[in-house]
Amino acid sequence: MSAAPKRDSYDVVVIGAGPAGLAAAANAAEAGLSTLLLDENAGPGGQVWRAIASTPVRERDHLGADYWAGADLVDAVHASGAEIIQRATVWSLDRHLDIGISVGGASAFVKARRVILATGALERPFPIPGWTLPGVMTAGAAQTMLKSSALVPDGRTVIAGQGPLLWLLAAQILRLGGRVDRILDTTERRNYLAALPHAFAFLTSPFFAKGLALMREVRAKVPVVSGLSELAAAGDGQLASVSYVAGGRRETILSDLLLLHQGVVPNVNLAMAAGIEHRWDDRQLCWSPVLDQNGNSSVEGIAIAGDGAGIGGAAAAVLRGRIAARAAADALAPAAAARFAPMSTIRASLAQAERGRAFLDTLFRPAPQFRIPSGDTIVCRCEEVTSQDILDAVAIGATGPNQLKAYRRAGMGPCQGRLCGLTVTELMGQARGKSPQEIGYYRIRAPVKPITLAELASIPKTEADIKAVVRG
Amino acid sequence: MTRHVDAIIVGGGIHGCSTALHLCLAGMKPVLIEKDYAGRHASGVNAGGVRQLARLIPEIPLSIRSMGIWERINELLDDDCSFESHGQVLVAENDVELEACRARVAELNALGFTHEELIDAAELRRLVPAVADTCPGGVVSRRDGAANPAQATTAFRRKAAALGATVCEGVPATNIRQRDGLWQVDVGADSYAAPVLVNAAGAWAGRIAADLGEPVPVETVAPMLMITSRVPHFIDPVVILRGRKLSFKQFANGTVLIGGGYPATPDQDRNETVLDWRSLAISARTVFELFPVMRGATIVRAWAGIEAKMRDDLPVLGPSARHKGLYHQFGFSLHGFQLGPGAGAVMAELIVNGGTQTRIGDLGIERFHPSISQS
Repeated sequence: MSAAPKRDSYDVVVIGAGPAGLAAAANAAEAGLSTLLLDENAGPGGQVWRAIASTPVRERDHLGADYWAGADLVDAVHASGAEIIQRATVWSLDRHLDIGISVGGASAFVKARRVILATGALERPFPIPGWTLPGVMTAGAAQTMLKSSALVPDGRTVIAGQGPLLWLLAAQILRLGGRVDRILDTTERRNYLAALPHAFAFLTSPFFAKGLALMREVRAKVPVVSGLSELAAAGDGQLASVSYVAGGRRETILSDLLLLHQGVVPNVNLAMAAGIEHRWDDRQLCWSPVLDQNGNSSVEGIAIAGDGAGIGGAAAAVLRGRIAARAAADALAPAAAARFAPMSTIRASLAQAERGRAFLDTLFRPAPQFRIPSGDTIVCRCEEVTSQDILDAVAIGATGPNQLKAYRRAGMGPCQGRLCGLTVTELMGQARGKSPQEIGYYRIRAPVKPITLAELASIPKTEADIKAVVRG
Repeated sequence: MTRHVDAIIVGGGIHGCSTALHLCLAGMKPVLIEKDYAGRHASGVNAGGVRQLARLIPEIPLSIRSMGIWERINELLDDDCSFESHGQVLVAENDVELEACRARVAELNALGFTHEELIDAAELRRLVPAVADTCPGGVVSRRDGAANPAQATTAFRRKAAALGATVCEGVPATNIRQRDGLWQVDVGADSYAAPVLVNAAGAWAGRIAADLGEPVPVETVAPMLMITSRVPHFIDPVVILRGRKLSFKQFANGTVLIGGGYPATPDQDRNETVLDWRSLAISARTVFELFPVMRGATIVRAWAGIEAKMRDDLPVLGPSARHKGLYHQFGFSLHGFQLGPGAGAVMAELIVNGGTQTRIGDLGIERFHPSISQS
């Protein structure tokens, strides 16, 4: 499954094999379209169904029914005839739908008539003092280890932050016999009131019962501290303690592992590198692509499905994947498309799956002090740029993230802003009294994931290259 | 509302910003109009080469003038622009190329230029130890170097603003017209009027010139660059090849910039470029062959800035051949960054004094319009 692509062009190329990508690839191939599914992990599933085909966790209850639901979709893709390449890194995509792919240390290009981006979500940066210390990780990274290798923490473990994934991870760690000493809940108290208008939709959504059960399960075993107004990690070269303020009281606890999480945001780097227009989403506090109701972006031929289109969760992602595939089939194979469920039916299901999302977004809107750091807290960890460094650059005339690159190299490391971009936009916006939309974002450049010079050098020559050299 | 100023400069690249600053130093109050932000395009994203080496002869006097300013850039701008002078080296990969280098240096010497120096294999190895053993020599320009292009461009903008220039960013200059001996330009809801208009609009300058009746043979290009992850320090000077398209520079932090002029496809109306990875692969192969130390490095980012290239690869610098008060400063054809400080100084002299000591006679727009005389 890790060979180079069999062809140099496809009707549909789907990037990412999480819920949206699996659904899109299965449906596109079932419609008779030549379909390539590219995924950078060892197996399909994305983050939510990570290692679905290989996890050593055998006790189904430990990961929950939502996790195992992914297996059916993986079977459907395998049966559909879609070509699947795992461990494939897509490092370039442009508006001509030329796709640069690295597989097994060698790069190749394929062309697509349609591209469906299903690159999912990333964890929102959580830039508190000490967040770059060894011993501080994201909850998502901990969950990856848990799903892939059944590894759970056994030292003094603190989980801090908010959002559904936080509770799910805590429950999974406990079920697998891991240790959680304390949960520090950063949800702002005023958010409960703000979310109230959306409560009815939430109470009647599937999120509600599941969320309540998870929280009850975790609270029975772990002390939970709510209403944090400050949070910091400390230690000399390694995490030693976590200190926080809750209800006006400061407390410090010794800790070997701090897991941070305050929600997920769309992983937009590949879409932005392709030139797709994005807007600042004030409710989810992140950049989201501008899409029509079929998921089509501002670049002709590229659609986006799943959490990369705006956070909606796995069930919504599957449906958005189906919609994007259906739209591709309508355009490229209308006769075959007519056999599928009508678009209106899928859209109705999507509306159902998205119920309760507004409540979650409002309730778990991260507090400003955990999004926008101050002083010598690191913002860009690749280049070790602090909050104060960024304010200094603003003072001498940096108006947005792209000028900050020149002044401080922020965002110029290998992660290309994945770990600092949102923080930089909001911090500069606050300093300049502008909205995030006005401040803008880093211009993302290919390679979206680094490739070696040797690999680029060994891309096969084409007829055109030889002519270019002669023209020189 | 129409605001009266001493000069209107269209374009916030290093050229427009440098001219704005030099006009301020001469006591004028210019307005600088930039549709995006200063340094958004080629001026902010080029390779940062501060190079007299291997220039076309008609622009050498301007380049030498500029070099003098670069060497005191901190005094001028209160910002060092990260300028470093470790020389620039042109590498000959074989004896035929070395002969061409020898002829070039002899030609320059005959014209009285001494900044380029022929070097043998031993001196090349001393300057660039990592270069392949088969290279027989080359040319060095020892005072050359490199600077941070976005930092330098914004430093010019900042100093110009501090000395009284009005800087308008984020709004294009539109409806450029001459009325009652004054140039008038709309900027959003505002208008500016001045006796002097400087066209320093880079890739967009050809349209302005054409709209004002002075079309020139110019195309929009986007030379590609890529940068690597950090590798151990192995090279000080900027290196360019005589025979193949490649330029190469290692920064103090260890990252390596690889350029050489293969073009991306520009879309100037979208402010976008589409990279050509198959051409970048050729650059990668050249580096792979020439600098074995680079083989394990990773490519972190590639990009291209949009700029103007003239048919004869020479800039258009000087007064209009048609209109009083109009000056052109564009078309720097992939090698304008180093010229920015000097060209701004020269432009201010042309505007304020009506002439300059720096020889720029071959760079005027009249070379494309031999029959037109100023109206």
